[in-house]
Amino acid sequence: MMIAQSDPRLAVIERRLARVARVVPVMSSKGGVGKTLLSCLLALALSERGVRVGLLDLDVTNPTAHVVLGADLSKFPEEDRGVVPPSVGGVKFMSVAYYSRDNPLPLRGWEIDNVVREVLAVTIWGDLDFLVIDTPPGIGDEVLDVLSYFPKHEPLVVATPSPLTVASVRRLLKLLTEVVEGELIRVVENMARSDSSTVTDLAKEFRVKFLGRVCLDENVDEAVGDVNALRKSRMYGDVSRIAEKLLKGS
Amino acid sequence: MVHEWALAEAIADYVFKTAPPAKRVRVTVRLGELQAVDEEILEFALREIMKSQGIECEVVLKREDCVLKCRKCGYEWPLKDVGFEEEVREAIHFVPEVVHSYLKCPRCGSRDFEVIKGRGVWVEEVGWE
Repeated sequence: MMIAQSDPRLAVIERRLARVARVVPVMSSKGGVGKTLLSCLLALALSERGVRVGLLDLDVTNPTAHVVLGADLSKFPEEDRGVVPPSVGGVKFMSVAYYSRDNPLPLRGWEIDNVVREVLAVTIWGDLDFLVIDTPPGIGDEVLDVLSYFPKHEPLVVATPSPLTVASVRRLLKLLTEVVEGELIRVVENMARSDSSTVTDLAKEFRVKFLGRVCLDENVDEAVGDVNALRKSRMYGDVSRIAEKLLKGS
Repeated sequence: MVHEWALAEAIADYVFKTAPPAKRVRVTVRLGELQAVDEEILEFALREIMKSQGIECEVVLKREDCVLKCRKCGYEWPLKDVGFEEEVREAIHFVPEVVHSYLKCPRCGSRDFEVIKGRGVWVEEVGWE
């Protein structure tokens, strides 16, 4: 008997994620709302609370999480029957940037999907309580790959009160609530300046949880690249409260 | 152990998921030149993984030359004409698409090219008895 023609990488993704308890993709269809900073700070805040955390930068053509964390790209990650993500600030961190460095990485859709498959197939996360995933804006390949390749995940949707963001995120929430159980979807407001109810109203509209506000921190850029400085930032304090709620299963 | 082991696990998991329980399997794998997978290590790893499950595995590896095609000017060229530094070759070995970070079309200079064949690991055929 014979069977033929297939990409074997898809078959092993389940095994790679088998010891990952919770997957939290940080998503927003709108760019510039702070997904990368929030993803990194969330991973650091969870790690500080003693849980085992991984962070995957899935912004394939424009990875920047390594800049936030100050990760060393001068060496490739070690190999041990796969690729072992290096630890940065207590977080196991994986990014295509280890291989593309700071060169441009212009890719078409199917090439992005190939990168995601490759990274998921060869990365050895081991035991993790949380895998935080930084995703790019839009509803493109990386977001669809998260929805397809991760059997269970808990999207953390980032929004600001801007009408442009709300219009964009509403489309993402429409998509997510079609394919993910509503109780697993959470919304956070980033760059909050006031007690505007715009984002909480958006969460109510889709009957998903509002997890809290992260106030605009105009000084956080000064801490970028330094994990210790990031942990002293005002934004980190707000994100830590989000991390606490996630840990408690809110 | 290098990351070929992870690719061998992927092939093994594919076989376990698609073929019925069998004592002997024959796996034909196409290996794209771009990823430069070490054939000996991949074959060894695949046999070992299968053996640990009590399965005897015949591995047939087919090397496929890599050809690139520019999407801007249409020029096609073989990878063998390109000389990469060792570190770049290693980066491409892990994630073949990063070739776009290190290579441009030799005719027009565009990075908007595609790998039309010879990218990476592909299972061509699985047989069992």
